[in-house]
Amino acid sequence: MSSQSKEVRVSAEPGDQPAAAPVVTQVPAPTDRAAAREVRTVAPTVAIQDLHAYYGDQHAVRGVSMTYAANEVTAMIGPSGCGKSTLVRCINRMHEEIVGARAQGTVTLDEADLYDDDVDPVSVRRTIGMVFQKPNPFPTMSIFDNVAAGLRLTGRRGDVKDRVETSLRGAGLWDEVKDRLARPGMGLSGGQQQRLCIARTIAVEPDVIIMDEPCSALDPVATLRIEELIEELKRDYTIIIVTHNMQQAARVADKTAFMLTGELVEFTDTRTIFTNPSDTRTEEYVTGKFG
Amino acid sequence: MEAATIQHGGRPESGRPPPSRLPDRLLRWGLTGIAAGVLVLIGYFFIRLYLESRPVFSSYGVVNFIFTDAWIPSKDQFGALPLIVGTLITATIALVIGVPVAVASALYVTELAPPRVRQPLVILVELLAAVPSVVYGLWGVFVLIPKLRPAEQWVSDTLSFLPFLGGTVAGPNYFIAGLILAIMILPIVAAISREVMATVPVEQKEAALALGATRWEMIRMAVLPYSRAGISGAAMLGLGRAIGETIAATLVIGNAPKIAESIFGQGYTLAAVIANEFGEAAATPTHRAALIAAGLVLFVLTLVINFVARYFVGRSQRAMTRSVPTGMAG
Amino acid sequence: MTTIAPVAPRRRRTDKTMRGVLLAGTLIALVPLVFVVYYLLKQGLGALSWSFFTSDPSGRFLGDPGGVRSAIVGTVLIVGLASVIAVPLGIGIALYLVEYGKASRFANVVRYFVDVMTGVPSIVFGLFIYIVLVLSGIGGNFAGWKGSIALALLMLPVVSRSAEVVLNLVPDSLRESALALGSPRWRVVARIVLPTAMPGLVTGSLLAIARGAGETAPLLFTAFAVNSTTWNLGNQMNSLPIQIFNDVRQAQSNIVERAWGAALTLVLMILALTLLARLIQRRSRIA
Repeated sequence: MSSQSKEVRVSAEPGDQPAAAPVVTQVPAPTDRAAAREVRTVAPTVAIQDLHAYYGDQHAVRGVSMTYAANEVTAMIGPSGCGKSTLVRCINRMHEEIVGARAQGTVTLDEADLYDDDVDPVSVRRTIGMVFQKPNPFPTMSIFDNVAAGLRLTGRRGDVKDRVETSLRGAGLWDEVKDRLARPGMGLSGGQQQRLCIARTIAVEPDVIIMDEPCSALDPVATLRIEELIEELKRDYTIIIVTHNMQQAARVADKTAFMLTGELVEFTDTRTIFTNPSDTRTEEYVTGKFG
Repeated sequence: MEAATIQHGGRPESGRPPPSRLPDRLLRWGLTGIAAGVLVLIGYFFIRLYLESRPVFSSYGVVNFIFTDAWIPSKDQFGALPLIVGTLITATIALVIGVPVAVASALYVTELAPPRVRQPLVILVELLAAVPSVVYGLWGVFVLIPKLRPAEQWVSDTLSFLPFLGGTVAGPNYFIAGLILAIMILPIVAAISREVMATVPVEQKEAALALGATRWEMIRMAVLPYSRAGISGAAMLGLGRAIGETIAATLVIGNAPKIAESIFGQGYTLAAVIANEFGEAAATPTHRAALIAAGLVLFVLTLVINFVARYFVGRSQRAMTRSVPTGMAG
Repeated sequence: MTTIAPVAPRRRRTDKTMRGVLLAGTLIALVPLVFVVYYLLKQGLGALSWSFFTSDPSGRFLGDPGGVRSAIVGTVLIVGLASVIAVPLGIGIALYLVEYGKASRFANVVRYFVDVMTGVPSIVFGLFIYIVLVLSGIGGNFAGWKGSIALALLMLPVVSRSAEVVLNLVPDSLRESALALGSPRWRVVARIVLPTAMPGLVTGSLLAIARGAGETAPLLFTAFAVNSTTWNLGNQMNSLPIQIFNDVRQAQSNIVERAWGAALTLVLMILALTLLARLIQRRSRIA
């Protein structure tokens, strides 16, 4: 597993956190957040070069280049149909699963070219996990089996139990489900299901997590829990989140990219994009002139 | 007809009712009548079959009729066990061969085939259903039986230590009948399996793929568990077809009213006995009653199987719009 | 730096093997089709000739066995009458289910039993008609029209199921807009629903007729079989499936050859109906 070979930059133990907290008196600005948070695992950087994506004749992504910084949360915003979901689906090569869809350009994970001929999309998806718009636990599986589903693919047997627990803890779901791991995953609430899907995703130890509008099917309380979780997760992962909700982007993202009709209009610090965008189209969008 | 009428909601209708009321009612009640006719028909069906077969049941008893191994019309003995056993053996062979092939083809078409060949493959598999039963029978008698006999004999000799194998292969036999039935149930099992697999939500499949599953792992993780009930239902419907299929079986089973010791031995099925002996039986009331009783057993058997099958298919299709198979029993 | 761990060879092999198995299953499914078609053409084409279509079976065991004229005429008439019965009734049931019954309990029961009827073996329908119409001696003994009724019972659920699917495709907004204009229900059905659904109804009915045309068992003890051509559905009648069924059981090469010829003829007739149905379906999809 690639993640096991990663170096770990240990800073404070989690237990030290409360002691350190009072020192910070003001709420850190979005840009400072990455610095304020300690990084537990160095995740890779994702870079896109001149990416084009098509559905048949339809040109959905038109030459986008951008870099997702390691251990940061990057939000993709833009009106529906702007190509933001398509773009992120190109990163873990899910785009090509759609009949008639194809992509062209370069996507690299640190140095590794994800579209190299030798690269199997299956292994790309193992390294870049994905959480979907609608919570999609496997309906025939128990909570435990849902989390273990990805692990079992690689034939791990021994430590599955531990890994399921770690992943459920990582997704902030352990305390709620530890007594009913054998119950079906579909029995959980929508927000719990989505966290179950996050647990399932981190169980296979990816380096990057893509979230495609992960809260759009959830109520505000469940949404908040997921957002807190995202803050947590970026200590270990590089996170890309697609959202139609601009407040959400402002709350969780370090950087934000605005897309329109398949093109990247502006990509900068979240704070800048919402307070002082350089492009008039961005300004019109973030101020709600169109949607 | 249209005297003082109260409309829905209790609003009194003033003046004359619109001229269209009468045709509207006629249409409504006419169509309802036709629909009700179906239920009456099936009930009447059952009653008539029962009444006509009563002579046999009253002189043998239902249990004896079903569990006696002696179908000797010339001696007026009618124990349907060899027919029932033959029906079940051939149907089992048909399922064992037909269902895996049908499910494999359904999986291939829905999950693996390049989009361009999907529709042609579907049409080709459907064409299997367009060939009439009697033509399969003809083909079985003059092509399948002679061509497969050496192979069957080889299997029978080499594997003679296994139960139900060994001995001389008869030309027409259980296996050939089962094989032809497998071909005949294949299209419907494949069609329903395809429909059920098409209902597997894209999100489920994407969830598996996003976890780093290969295509086959995705099928095992998302497609098969989701469609298991539907595939079981499809297999049950196939079983119903295999049991009721008459003409092809009649031509290739050998029509011997005994329970053969090997699957390469001659036998008989319920449906085949009816088709085969009806000519001679028309004159003898007991024989005729016995054949109608065989038909009744067949009817009940297929009804039960269909109920169970519909339950399974319905369970897996709950979410989707109803489109249960078209096509009819052989 | 991050490297992308390759997929374990074992998993890759399993994936390849299983893809191969599924493809093999698909090809195996098509093997019988290829062989049936091959032998039909090989054995059947030789039997076809002018006299094959224009002469009745001679009934002679020696010498010229004759053709299949009476069987073709019989099949066309019996299936024709069966369609005249089954198509309107089947569409009627579907209309009831879609326009009036909808999700009511009675409609669901009807729907369920229509489904169940598709699973009833054809020979059971034959037996039923034998008991009800032949044994009772209504209109004589065996007769073509009795065969038609047996076939109609078989076709009825198929027509009804496919018609229901098609009628459900007619958008409710069409019905509502017509009703809102004050049209009575029957006129909406006659002017809007039926015309809109027509191509689909025709396709479904043709497919049901094609299936019915190949059925043997229900005719066995209802229409019986005679050698000579008759145009009177009140008489006993020959038909292609029965002709084949009887010929197969004569181990005589020229009679068997006639069976292959008749089988090819029957399959071509069914194929023509199926193709016509698909053509109409395609046409309607474009429109």
